[in-house]
Amino acid sequence: MPRVDFERDLRQLQDDLLFLGSMVEKAIAKALDALKRRDFSASQEVLEEDNIIDRKRFEIEEKCIDLIATQQPLARDLRILITVLHVAVELERMGDYAEGIAKISLNMGDEAPLKPLIDIPRMGELAAKMLRQSLDAFVNRDIVGAHSVSEADDEVDALYEQVYRELLTFMIEDPSKVKRATYLLWVSHDLERIADRATNIAERVVYLVTGKLVEMKTSKY
Amino acid sequence: MVQSQQESETLEPVAGQSQSDENVLAARNLSVWYGNFRAVRDINLDVKRNSVLALIGPSGCGKSTLLRCFNRMNDLVLNSRVEGQIIYNGTDLYAPSTDSTEVRARVGMVFQKPNPFPKTIFENVAFGLRVNGFKGNLQEAVERSLRQSALWEEVKDRLNSSALELSGGQQQRLCIARALAVEPEVILMDEPCSALDPVATLAIEDLIRQLVAKYTIIIVTHNMQQAARVSHETAFLMVGEDRAGYLVEMDATDKIFTNPSHEQTEAYITGRFS
Ligand SMILES: Nc1ncnc2c1ncn2[C@@H]1O[C@H](COP(=O)(O)OP(=O)(O)O)[C@@H](O)[C@H]1O
Ligand SMILES: [Mg+2]
Repeated sequence: MPRVDFERDLRQLQDDLLFLGSMVEKAIAKALDALKRRDFSASQEVLEEDNIIDRKRFEIEEKCIDLIATQQPLARDLRILITVLHVAVELERMGDYAEGIAKISLNMGDEAPLKPLIDIPRMGELAAKMLRQSLDAFVNRDIVGAHSVSEADDEVDALYEQVYRELLTFMIEDPSKVKRATYLLWVSHDLERIADRATNIAERVVYLVTGKLVEMKTSKY
Repeated sequence: MVQSQQESETLEPVAGQSQSDENVLAARNLSVWYGNFRAVRDINLDVKRNSVLALIGPSGCGKSTLLRCFNRMNDLVLNSRVEGQIIYNGTDLYAPSTDSTEVRARVGMVFQKPNPFPKTIFENVAFGLRVNGFKGNLQEAVERSLRQSALWEEVKDRLNSSALELSGGQQQRLCIARALAVEPEVILMDEPCSALDPVATLAIEDLIRQLVAKYTIIIVTHNMQQAARVSHETAFLMVGEDRAGYLVEMDATDKIFTNPSHEQTEAYITGRFS
């Protein structure tokens, strides 16, 4: 089989991407868990670990650029590299949202959350599941799986809307709760963005498999 | 009078062949034989006017053979035989009434190795015009061709120097000027850059992109990046079990290089070809 080294580099790169994905998934879960348990040191760790995520993203990007420059990839090879490049950026941004959630938790300080966290952890689980599914679809070159990611996004949007209305009601009823309500609104917004980016990854999987650039669904938010 | 009589004969459309104006050339069930050996088999393709078509494929798959059919250069090869049709502007190039010399004036050719004559730069370009009994202003025609081939600025002060003093890249542009002088409609190029350095190669590629406004170009190249850079459409040929070359697929160049339809094309362009 010709191009043994290139094949190996391509495989390694995709493994690296999945590793980045798992770091991001952990960051999301940890940020939410820390928020719920009011664990500041865990939130602090999320901030520090985001630097590792950023570095990993640049490392992947550099490898992609290097292979594009030296290997003149075409067809499937080219689509793999372009996809990895995009997905790495999406993942890194998802990591930033996890970091955002950790920062909100730190800013909340000793203030208790406005209300018990129920819908927000549910949103977090769904978003993390979408992330997993999008990466599974990437590994398996699975267009059907990619489409189910974008369908799950509707559920996240619905939850976001629910959380938003609820928090709005709190704010209208009692303006002194605006600050605490806003914290939670930001968290749910971050989660909504994570889910959108999982859909972006799914779109990239469609490109990888078919060569077509499609917008799967425009999110309501 | 005689001339126009001959014209009307040569340009008679082929019965039953409708060809849209956007195609200047087409191959229909084309096979080429060298003696008992069939070198290419059942090729069907259309060449769009004012576009660049790249022919790619492994050595020996019949790219040059196919290319030479488009101006009947294969006639010059002993024992070669063509089956099927090449349609040029609606006429059958291989019809008995078609004048192969006229065909070669309309469909020019540039070869792999620059092959200027051991004459002056001027004479190299003027040659084809003289042979064709050109009656106009030779000086002007030579300058026009040299300008079109982006060589004029480099040679205008030494038109009477030997063409062999030019660099390889300049010689190749001179050969292109020579092909352009007789005002062809189509230019065939068989690996025109394979003997050139990267800078000269890019200069030829720039030239190809300029020429396509006026001409139709078919280029054989081993360099995938070159095909990707200069061509609008790409045809991939392969060698079959019977050792005859055949067309695997032809499509828009960006499609071929980002997402080809055939696994064989994918394997070839990504270097997984064994
Ligand atoms: N003049 C010839 N006489 C006999 N066989 C030839 C001649 N020219 C080419 N061939 C054969 O025809 C096949 C196609 O050759 P060619 O058109 O030169 O392929 P390519 O340009 O793709 O390398 C090869 O097997 C080659 O050996
Ligand atoms: Mg050849």
